[in-house]
Parts: sequence; C-alpha cells; structure tokens
Amino acid sequence: MTTRIDTRFAALKKQRRSGFITFVMAGDPDPATSLDILKALPKAGADIIEIGMPFTDPMADGPAIQAAGLRALKAGMTLKKTLAMVRGFRKDDNATPLVLMGYYNPIYIYGVDKFLIDAKSAGVDGLIIVDLPPEEDTELCLPAMKAGLNFIRLATPTTDDKRLPAVLSNTSGFVYYVSITGITGSASADSTAVGEAVARIKRHTKLPVCVGFGIRTPEAARAIAEHADGAVVGTALVDALRGSLDSDGRATGGTVDAVAGLAAALAQGVRGAKQAAE
Amino acid sequence: MSLAKPNSFRSGPDERGHFGIFGGRFVAETLMPLILDLEKAYADAKADPAFQSEMNGYLKHYVGRPSPLYFAERLTEHLGGAKIYFKREELNHTGSHKVNNVLGQIMVARRMGKKRIIAETGAGQHGVATATLCARFGLECIVYMGAVDVERQQPNVIRMEMLGAKVIPVQSGSRTLKDAMNDALRDWVTNVHNTFYCIGTVAGPHPYPMMVRDFQSVIGVETRAQMQEEEGRLPDSLIACIGGGSNAMGLFHPFLDDPSVEIFGVEAAGHGLTQLHAASIAGGRPGVLHGNRTYLLMDDDGQIQDAHSISAGLDYPGIGPEHSWLHETGRVTYLSATDDEALAAFQLLSRLEGIIPALEPAHAIAKVMELAPKRPKEHLMVVNLSGRGDKDIPQVAEILRGKKK
Repeated sequence: MTTRIDTRFAALKKQRRSGFITFVMAGDPDPATSLDILKALPKAGADIIEIGMPFTDPMADGPAIQAAGLRALKAGMTLKKTLAMVRGFRKDDNATPLVLMGYYNPIYIYGVDKFLIDAKSAGVDGLIIVDLPPEEDTELCLPAMKAGLNFIRLATPTTDDKRLPAVLSNTSGFVYYVSITGITGSASADSTAVGEAVARIKRHTKLPVCVGFGIRTPEAARAIAEHADGAVVGTALVDALRGSLDSDGRATGGTVDAVAGLAAALAQGVRGAKQAAE
Repeated sequence: MSLAKPNSFRSGPDERGHFGIFGGRFVAETLMPLILDLEKAYADAKADPAFQSEMNGYLKHYVGRPSPLYFAERLTEHLGGAKIYFKREELNHTGSHKVNNVLGQIMVARRMGKKRIIAETGAGQHGVATATLCARFGLECIVYMGAVDVERQQPNVIRMEMLGAKVIPVQSGSRTLKDAMNDALRDWVTNVHNTFYCIGTVAGPHPYPMMVRDFQSVIGVETRAQMQEEEGRLPDSLIACIGGGSNAMGLFHPFLDDPSVEIFGVEAAGHGLTQLHAASIAGGRPGVLHGNRTYLLMDDDGQIQDAHSISAGLDYPGIGPEHSWLHETGRVTYLSATDDEALAAFQLLSRLEGIIPALEPAHAIAKVMELAPKRPKEHLMVVNLSGRGDKDIPQVAEILRGKKK
C-alpha cells in the first residue's frame, strides 16, 4: 500500500529537503472559510496538511487549539462535515497528503468501519488519534491500516527505548515526535535535544520522523527541519487565524491570507534548512 | 440484558483494564509510560503486607475508621418500611469517603518518589482530602476546580487553601468537574516527570478505576462485618449516589457476588431526565473520554454534553467504567433523583436524624424515601452517607430563600 504520504516523502527525499506540515482545525472559524484556508495551504508551501477534528474535550491541547475546536463546533462543524471538506479539497488537489488529527470519541460514535470507508473515499491519507496508544490498537489502528490509511503514531520524550518498538510496531506514513512533554502551543522545543531524539527514533525505524509542538517561527521551523524529516506547525497558524477574526469571532477578508501568509513564511524557514544541511 | 452472566462480578478488570467493553487506557502517549509504571507500583504495593499495615494504621488513627453503621430509627419510622442503616462515611476526617482513596494513592505516590500531587475536584471533597493528605505528608498539592464549582463550594475552596493547596479555577468548557479533569490531565502531560495524578473517582485510564475501587472497598468490607454483628446476616439492599461512582463502588463491590443483596446506584437527574441532568446511564451511551470507555452524555457527533446537577460532586457527564459494566450485566440497578428530590431529602434528613448530609448522598436518600416504604419491616437497607453537608449550607440556604420568595 502506498499512500500520498509515502509518495510525498519519497519526493522530499529526492529534493533533499525536510517537509512542512501545517495543522488547521476543520471548520474554524466556519466551514466555508476553513475550506478556503485548506486550499490556500499547498500554494503557501505546505507539503502535508493535518486537519483537526474538533472535539469538546481535547485533553492534549492548549488554549489556542481548544478555542479553535470550540469555534468550529459553534459554527456547526461535525465529523461528517469534516469529511465533506476533505472531498471539497480533493476536487482540485489530488496530491497533497491529508491527515485527520483528533480524539477517538467522535470516530467511535460515527462507527469505526463506516468512518474508515468514508474517510478513505473522501481522500484522507492518514490518522493521528491522540488518545489511542498502542495498548488500544485493536480499536482503530489495525482496522485503519487494513483499510489503506496510514496510522501515524505519536512518540514523546517519555517514550523510552524499551517502549519505542511497541509504539513503532503498527505505525506507517511517518512518526510524529512530540518534542515536549506538554500540551500544544506551550513550551518551545530545544533543537539539539530534538536532534538527539530524532536520531534515537531513527535507530528503530525507517519511517520519516516529523517533529511538532512548540514550533512557532520560521527560524524555529528551520532549526527543527535541520534535524527532522518534517516540521509541524499548528498553534501559531491557529493564533494567526484568531488574530484575523472580528470582535464576534467571525472571519474577515483577511482571514485566509493571515494563515496562508504565516504558512508561506514558515515554509521558507523549512526550505532554508535544506541549504543549511547540505 | 443480552450479556452472558459472568461467574463472578468481582473478578474485573482484565489485564488490559477492561470491564466487558468498558474501561481501557485511552490516553496520550506521553502518559502511557507513567500509567504502566503506576500499574506496576500499585501491584507491588498491594502485594506488600507492610503497605497494607501502614495504611490500616492511618485509616484507624488519622481517618477515624471504621466508620459507624448507624440504625436511622426516625427515618425508618417515618418511611414505615425497610429498616434503614447509614454507613457514616461523613464522619471520616475531611468529611467524606474521599479520604479512603486519597490516603491509598498518596501512599503509592510516596513509594514512586513523586513529590507533586495534582487532583481534580467537583464539590471540593476530593480536593480537601487530597490537600489534607498532602499537608500530612509534606507534598506539593495543586487542585483543579471548575470556576462554577469554586463559586458554589466556597467553604471547601477556603479549606483547601488553609491546608496549603493551590486551587486553580478552570475557565474552559462548562467550568465544572469535566473541565477540571481536562486541565488536570493537561497538567499531568506537562509535568509527567515529577507529578502524581490523584484521581478522585473510579474513572480514568486503567489502573485508576480498579485502584480507587480497591481503596474504597473498605466501606463495603466494614459494612458486611458490622451488619453481621448488628443483625447476624447480610443486608437486603444497598443504595448509594453516583457521580463518577467511587462511594457506590466502595460499598457495592464486596457484595456483588451475593445474589440476595439488591443494589441500587442513584445518578443525578438535575432538572429532570428530559432536561439538563447528569445521569450518564439513564441518558447517555458508551463512548470514550478521560482515558476510559464508559457511558457518557453526548450528542450524535460524539461531542460531550454539559452535565447539570445541583450537586457539584455529581455534575459530570460520565460514570466509572465498572458501573457501566454492572449496568449492562444487570447486577446493579441505576436510578436517578432530581435536584428537587435531593433538596427535599437534604431537609428531611437534617430534621429527622440531626444529620445534615452533603447534596450528593441526599440523592441516595431521595431514592430511599421511594424504595423503603415498599419493602417489609425486616428488610435491611444500607445507604452510604458519603459526605456531610457543611460545604452545601450556603448554597442550600440561598436556594431555599429563593424558593420562599
């Protein structure tokens, strides 16, 4: 099975550069604007897009992404509409990998089998589910891999060498290294420590290792990209979006550009790492 | 119920933390290594006679156990049916059953070398118990409490602060117990290297539901022995209120394999089951939140709904996973009581027995008022009086004044 994620990392390897991965919340601040943002991201330089599935109780997320999820839910976003958004994106773009990221309950309630069929046919390539560790692989991970979707696992600073094989055993697409112990948008990662951690994970797997949590600026993105196969930015983009809203929390004419503009700057940072590494 | 009856209702959970389909370990990877460590540390402690004997010492001399099993003579006469006994958990140090569990967890935390303790609290009873034991053992204590609950349970906030704990009002979501738990989990993910999360109820990722149940089972174990001494036999029925369900599980668990004992859990029906409430079994369905699969209040998209109860301790949209399983197997019958019913029971008990109950067990008393008159005089009914009402006096006074107007 080869997904768009595998194809994209193979291409990045040929270009000898690290990938830029953006995270945005589906339906934030409303479904239509959210789709426009999604469409603008590849042009801004996003190599892979993670789409957050809004959830009322995101226990691993900081205030910015919590608020983004609540804005989306308030605007009527549902998992069904998130999948419709993916279909909308795929009308014009059949190459950019899309990864759905979130929490298990909405998928469990949608129905795992039905969700996997609908997600695959909509054009989803992979899943990152924060509250499904390897101990719960039978829930979604194994069925997802069978259905042809990548199940991307999170590895963290607390995932030691003893535990890494378990974390890496049923994973595909890439490994998402969470560079800090903490919630999204809190501390910043130290790039030297990240480099060591990535090297440690790479001793256990051939999969690309991408790094996220705590990357906010083009400089930070470049520093991380020098050590990893991809740099993930979420909270900074969500903050840029929030900053563009009117006082009632609605999208303005500047919303799409606010997110795409920051994404473009971050993409430059990541691309700058290629020269530095060579 | 379609499920086959198990050989024993007391053998769960399995090694993966499942009670039937319920339970499990649905947590972020950052926490998983620590949860596995905790599972091991708890198993070691459980097997260590020194741990048990140290705990028994504190239970006796610090908590004040055993708590009495008291024959509520005037309530019995008033209702004119079953002979009603109270298991007086409200007489424990700190005023509720919560201390039984906190003592156990703090002792496990000490074995693990953790110096920073975090907790979530609804009514503040678990927060007070945690603040108390942290003071006793010289540990740093941070308590997450929904901003709404900080408001309505002021006396407990003051107590926690006097005991040296830091109370953090949680502003996210519905600003009640569910959100306090979210923020406690976020703290834990951030400070995982030095922090022990002292969960207050029989919920969360395995091993918490099992561990908390084990620590609370002292309630049922004592009740069995005390009833044997008083009446020379087992009780005929047990009844307890349920938010997450720790006081209920503690009373029920030692009796689950005695088929002659009828068991009732009472959820909070808030304004009524067709309106805002906190009755996860009556009004919810199985889903995944806070580390376990269990009955939850949610919408068709799997979004968690806000619960409502007059009682901050029951104001939670979920229930411990073992309760979900006991419901599905039919071993325990789950009922619910509204805010108004609980208030009436609160007043009745205060006047008839001279015991001001917390609003949480007032829900159980409300169902005793329904069930006891329908039972014969020789029927022995035990209700878990899980906490005292001191913390609720300002809130209840305000509500009653409002009703008179």
